[in-house]
Amino acid sequence: MLRFIFRRVLQVIPVFFGSTLIVYYLVFSMSGSPIDALSGGKPISPAVVAQLTAQYHLDQPFFIQYGIFIKNLFTFNLGTSFSGRPIAAIIGQAFPVTARLAIMALAIEAIFGVTAGVFAGLRKGKLFDGTVLIASLVVIAIPTFVLGFVLQFVVGVKLGWAKPTVGSAADWADLTLPAVVLGLVSFAYVLRLTRTSILENMNADYVRTATAKGLSRRRVVMVHILRNSLIPVVTFLGADLGGLMGGAIVTEGIFNVPGVGNTLYRAVLAGEGPMVVSIVSILVLVFVLANLLVDLLYAWLDPRIRYA
Amino acid sequence: MRFSRISKALGVATVVALAMTACSGGSTGTTNTSADTTKVITAFGGEPQNPLLPANTNEVYGGRVMDLIFSGLLSYDASGKTVNEMADSIDSTDSQNYTIKIKSGEKFSDGSPITAKNFVDAWNFGALSTNAQLNSYFFESIEGYKDVSAMAADGKTAAPTAQTMSGLKVVDDTTFTVKLAQAESDWKLRLGYTAFFPLTEAAIADPKAAGEKPTGNGPYTLKTWNHNAELDLVPNPNYTGPRKPKNAGVTFKVYTTADAAYQDLLADNLDVLDGIPASSIKSFQKDLGDRSIVKAYAGNATLTIPSYLPAFQGEAGQLRRQAISKSIDRNLIIDKIFNNTKKVAKDFTSPVIEGYSDSVSGADVLTYDASAAKKLWDQANAITPWDNSTFTIAYNVDGAGNKEYVDAATNQIKNALGIQAEGKPYATFKELRNDVNKKQLTGASRAGWQADYPSLYNFLGPLYGTGAGSNDGNYSNPAFDAKLKEGLNAKSTDEGNKIFNEAQQILFKDLPVIPLWYQAQTGGWSNNVTGVDFGWNGVPLYYNISGK
Repeated sequence: MLRFIFRRVLQVIPVFFGSTLIVYYLVFSMSGSPIDALSGGKPISPAVVAQLTAQYHLDQPFFIQYGIFIKNLFTFNLGTSFSGRPIAAIIGQAFPVTARLAIMALAIEAIFGVTAGVFAGLRKGKLFDGTVLIASLVVIAIPTFVLGFVLQFVVGVKLGWAKPTVGSAADWADLTLPAVVLGLVSFAYVLRLTRTSILENMNADYVRTATAKGLSRRRVVMVHILRNSLIPVVTFLGADLGGLMGGAIVTEGIFNVPGVGNTLYRAVLAGEGPMVVSIVSILVLVFVLANLLVDLLYAWLDPRIRYA
Repeated sequence: MRFSRISKALGVATVVALAMTACSGGSTGTTNTSADTTKVITAFGGEPQNPLLPANTNEVYGGRVMDLIFSGLLSYDASGKTVNEMADSIDSTDSQNYTIKIKSGEKFSDGSPITAKNFVDAWNFGALSTNAQLNSYFFESIEGYKDVSAMAADGKTAAPTAQTMSGLKVVDDTTFTVKLAQAESDWKLRLGYTAFFPLTEAAIADPKAAGEKPTGNGPYTLKTWNHNAELDLVPNPNYTGPRKPKNAGVTFKVYTTADAAYQDLLADNLDVLDGIPASSIKSFQKDLGDRSIVKAYAGNATLTIPSYLPAFQGEAGQLRRQAISKSIDRNLIIDKIFNNTKKVAKDFTSPVIEGYSDSVSGADVLTYDASAAKKLWDQANAITPWDNSTFTIAYNVDGAGNKEYVDAATNQIKNALGIQAEGKPYATFKELRNDVNKKQLTGASRAGWQADYPSLYNFLGPLYGTGAGSNDGNYSNPAFDAKLKEGLNAKSTDEGNKIFNEAQQILFKDLPVIPLWYQAQTGGWSNNVTGVDFGWNGVPLYYNISGK
């Protein structure tokens, strides 16, 4: 088990260098100097351009710039953004917000998705099953930004049940509406995955055995069917957590959430290589950890799985 | 003050629904006797791109904060006229040597006195290239700027030969003198701009800390700056100037999109929004009723046709520019795309600037006339034939509305002149600027200018003077340069403005850029506030707003 974890963590190293190198190169190759973005078409003194270019190593070749970034990264000095703020502070502010949003969205989709999926699966072909199947299809078919704008307008502006945008504190209450929007789409997938998986396992030998042993219906469903049906769902949720932590740029934009998505969006537009790569590096770690967690959950869910 | 990328998008989306002059009053200005001066106003804002230092703030979101927490020698009222703030008098007899007296007894928000030295030190700090302040070029008129912005012999590194500008001298605590490198009749007008604000000694000693927590002398002080979320401003008790706050503070909320801000405004969750998003431009006046405003500001939109393009040189080039100008039906575009709102350009400046004239001789080249355009084009072809290439107009896709009007204009050019014409999209403003700055355009490009300070010269000198900083098209005409110089040498601003309008006659012949329309700002406010009006630069006059 420990060996398995150790091997998985070792995999992080090539993934980390590979992804940062690619992302850094992509930002590096974006046409236009970041100084053009800073000056915004207004004249700027050549001496000031020279000074800024030297300050941010913009005149250095790609590998030197990347090298400086990696060196700083390992000395825990992410540098400063063009606005003069430490990148670490900017990230430190954005990540907790997105983490709150992601956890809430994940909770919504997991709890409601699995529950509805179980009921639909157990009552295949009944009214409830038909209703949620159609409803989930509708949700999947609607683009997130439409869903976001509609909920913002109806719930936030017309009904006044929630603030249309997230306040500067970005607390749990403020984040509920965007979390619902984010959670809804995955909710539909989770529901359908759970339902299919339940249907598959309902006729499995071990379920028949459990029922034949005289176990209560409740215990058969909860322990024998559900637990075994959760593997594809957990795989999906793990990947989804990574995506959610990456910041839903569209949803964060609609609800003005001061999270990772918005920060990343602005950094890309400003051509701030170090900032973009710093955020992406952390996201890589989040993805790897989330996947590791999923792999470990497999064993807990299905005792037949062993780690060598 | 330049537009950040996002605000650029808003700027392009702005629409004027009323006649420019009629709308300036609008539904505002009614002094409500029951106005609540204890309310904290929430206003639309963005994360300032740079640390909050006067000479480093060159975009609109930082600028609106700086203008409230600092006070320069002058400020501009709603119509763009200068009003003395810290200045007692600014005198000059030759437009080159200025004696500036500041009011005595003025204090920064931390209680330290404001002296002439605070101004001189701040300007020297801003100008010195090694401090890397983006507004450094604003001091270029002052004698000695060349030394503080000198480059090393390799032309790649900054190597100032002096730390301070020789043209600035402190006489006593309330007096200093400024010597410019050459006479400039409108120099005084720019002293209300952000770059010219004073700094405390502590700020110059530790600019990094000051950029994060500035100590100013304006109507407000910055209480907290919660990055990427909001900036809280509270009234500054030490401020005695004309912009006295009529509220208990201003909170700027940071938005990534104006769409989100507009939803907040509809829900009364935001008090003031400037720059209605493109998605709501057709409905905002219906949504908000008398809580909406459309007001002209000192900005315009143009098409630059670089003079380095072979087909647009010499006499043939001149005729071609005129032909293109006459083949664009500006009224139709404004009607169909901008909801019958922006105002057709009649010169190279803006109608909200003192000295503006809508009847500069030669301005008829801006009038749509397809058959005249075709004739001009044929005349040009008689000199040097058109190479049958496609005429392109470069634009940035990230500015809302750009694609629509560029496509419309190229279609009109195609129809009027019988040549191939199309838009050339760039993904971002930055990428477009990159090609513009490197002089690598292969056709025309969309452009625009928002004045940093209300002056005719600011619309002409920096854009069309030979070798000027924003002369994207490499335009150069000695006769025009001479007129500019003559205007700058004029004894008064009024006299100078007359000469600047004469200089515009030369521009109308050469058309270094093709003026399209004047910009206007759109905005709205919540049910909770009263007394909202926008200034000459399209930014709300926050200090005048009260609760209801």
